[in-house]
Amino acid sequence: MNDTLIAIFIGTGTFFCLVAAIGVARMPDIYMRLSAASKASTLGTGFILLAVALFFNSTAVTGKIVAIIAFTLLTAPVAAHMLGRAAYFSGEPLWKKSVRDELGSGGEWFRHKDSTTERPDDPPSTIPDTVSNEAPAKKPYESKSK
Amino acid sequence: MTLADYVSRIILPLLGVGLVLTLYRILRGPSLPDRVVALDLTATFIIAISAVYSIASGQPSYLDAAVVLALITFLGTVAFAYYLHRRGGNE
Repeated sequence: MNDTLIAIFIGTGTFFCLVAAIGVARMPDIYMRLSAASKASTLGTGFILLAVALFFNSTAVTGKIVAIIAFTLLTAPVAAHMLGRAAYFSGEPLWKKSVRDELGSGGEWFRHKDSTTERPDDPPSTIPDTVSNEAPAKKPYESKSK
Repeated sequence: MTLADYVSRIILPLLGVGLVLTLYRILRGPSLPDRVVALDLTATFIIAISAVYSIASGQPSYLDAAVVLALITFLGTVAFAYYLHRRGGNE
């Protein structure tokens, strides 16, 4: 019974880790890759570590595993957010079929722009009322040095 | 089929396939953030593999490596993100 439960947990965790790896290898865009990698791998590792805690069934191991799971759950979203933000502001292009760019010139962020974020060259302030279905041709603050 | 057999014959090869896929992205990734994402996922895979290997070998000591790796990976990713932000955004 216990072995069956452990086997099911390990299988589920491995499935999610594998899904994350396939997503990283196959997705067309860095932001989609980041999304696939951070969420699915956190869930998969959590399942696998839960199975290890059930297998050893001792307090020391369970303590370590609770520490790993808590730390992963806390830090994986933070790291993914920092990476996505850094990638966007260093001019990483979106996928060409992306529908909407909230940080770009047609998005929500640009309308509520505060003065602390400095942009090198602002585009003209004609903001379209309806968001067009085509991706922006060029980032307004694309980095000059690649 | 015992649990150790199940782990070492089925689970570890599957995780190895995932590791190879992330290695493919590290080698091919068109830009630096892609490689950083793939490195982050590689570290997560190594955490999972060391946890699973502690079942296969019956030794809970491998979990210490998983703890240390979980602590170090976050710092590495944040350092890479900070470097990318400095390199791309401000100049």
